[in-house]
Amino acid sequence: MTATTHTEQKNGSPYLLSINNIEVIYNHVILALKGVSLDVHEGNIVALMGANGAGKTTTLKAISNLLRAERGDVTKGSIEFRGERVDAMTPDGLVKRGVIQVMEGRHCFGHLTVEENLLTGAYTRSISRAELKNDLERIYHYFPRLKTRRNSQAGYTSGGEQQMVAVGRAMMARPTMILLDEPSMGLAPQIVEEIFEIVKELNQKEKVSFLLAEQNTMIALRYSDYGYIIENGRVVMDGPAKELADNEDVKEFYLGLAKEGRKSFREVKHYRRRKRWLA
Amino acid sequence: MEFQFFLEVLVGGLLAGVMYSLVALGFVLIYKASGVFNFAQGALVLFAALTFVGFQNMGLPFWAALIITLGVMVLMGIGIEKIVLRRLVNQPPISLFMATIGLSFFIEGLAQMVWGTEVHGLELGITDEPFEVGGVFISSFDLFAAGISGTLVAVLALFFQKTKLGRALRAVADDHQAALSVGIPLQHIWAIVWAVAGFVALVAGLLWGSRLGVQFALTLVVLKALPVLILGGFTSVPGAIVGGLIVGAGEKLAEVYLGPYLSGGIENWFAYVLALVFLMVRPEGLFGERHIERV
Repeated sequence: MTATTHTEQKNGSPYLLSINNIEVIYNHVILALKGVSLDVHEGNIVALMGANGAGKTTTLKAISNLLRAERGDVTKGSIEFRGERVDAMTPDGLVKRGVIQVMEGRHCFGHLTVEENLLTGAYTRSISRAELKNDLERIYHYFPRLKTRRNSQAGYTSGGEQQMVAVGRAMMARPTMILLDEPSMGLAPQIVEEIFEIVKELNQKEKVSFLLAEQNTMIALRYSDYGYIIENGRVVMDGPAKELADNEDVKEFYLGLAKEGRKSFREVKHYRRRKRWLA
Repeated sequence: MEFQFFLEVLVGGLLAGVMYSLVALGFVLIYKASGVFNFAQGALVLFAALTFVGFQNMGLPFWAALIITLGVMVLMGIGIEKIVLRRLVNQPPISLFMATIGLSFFIEGLAQMVWGTEVHGLELGITDEPFEVGGVFISSFDLFAAGISGTLVAVLALFFQKTKLGRALRAVADDHQAALSVGIPLQHIWAIVWAVAGFVALVAGLLWGSRLGVQFALTLVVLKALPVLILGGFTSVPGAIVGGLIVGAGEKLAEVYLGPYLSGGIENWFAYVLALVFLMVRPEGLFGERHIERV
């Protein structure tokens, strides 16, 4: 893949999304992010990796502003989309500007049919029926499986199909950027591969940029252009996906690979306790 | 003769049942759009009826009073969203439920503080003369009320199923956060729903008020809506109608045919027993959404 050249090409152009040193506090007391900065170039897929509770979801929610519904607040730093400050914007304001989040755990509307789910994605757009139909067909083109299940209640579809509904629903808003949270969660490896293939396709054909949070570092690095590794609410490492994948520390800590080949998980954990890489 | 009597009881029951449906409808609206049982619906019914009568007593004509009251109910819906609900986004349903209990006391108090506590008569200008259809006597007022309720239900059912806003309302009911994430502004949605619920409360308040007199007891009408909801399902607009019909017809028939054996007064509790039995057999109601649980 031409991951690095892709990034280099875009270098110099203004960032699509730029997060500058944000701090997030939940309930006025719980410090979840301690100064996270990251940038996304237009047209890139950027991966945000790290363990459970590292702050990936919080970062995405800080951008989409779903944080406030969970009593979280961005207390320091700034978030800019196309050079415009968006920290104080409502979620629907952001969707109208082209940033939409696909939440962890899919969050389909269980009692609505697959098609109705997709239609809700276009809520912020005032478009004609014909355009709406057209857009639906476009989604079905990328997710043919959803077309066959269009009239079933989303709650009764499989996990993979629900993930497709969630991504398709977001696409109906015609976004320039999708914040995709943990797309692999609870899905069989084959389905995960299928979802990531579609993400790549949407990125290339529909020119949608992605910022995806993923625990599965292996697959995230394979499909993204650039990566950030986050630990305890801080970015501890970043670089082009290729370089990260070749980095010895990343191999050891996140991919479970050492020079001698695959290491046992137990050993890795033990070693990790001694060698912390807090910046 | 025997059969004609049966028909008369049945029709009377069905028409009375539609009146129950009207109250139940207000609950369904709010439940569908926020997943919360709105305890304050009865208070809204009282408030709407009192406000209408209050304006009428000031000398306003029927239509003016109706429109102004509607305006007041809409403002109230928006106010409830701004002052109470907005702070409770993404909180567990029980918090919202508790908030509606508080609201109900507040609205009841407010209504009586502004408009006083005496019983007012309410005249809708419909003569309640029974007329005869094939030997069966039907109350024209009941028929009128049924017509209004039927229309309201049809309109609301279409609204929920076919419009963009209706779809958004159902989406919000399913998952607040997901609705927020796709850019559905919860605030607007809730304000709209409460305004519509206020409108339904106004219609119910007028019809019930003209029957019982506008007084505090109107809030108790809500109790009859509960079995209707359990039968029809909390999430279904047509369910509210069917539930109302079953409850209305059931209690009248039970009173007439079982009454002599059970020493009467069945009408007062029959609906609740029916609801209880239903809860055991089909807890989501006839038309309610089943709980989707996947393992």
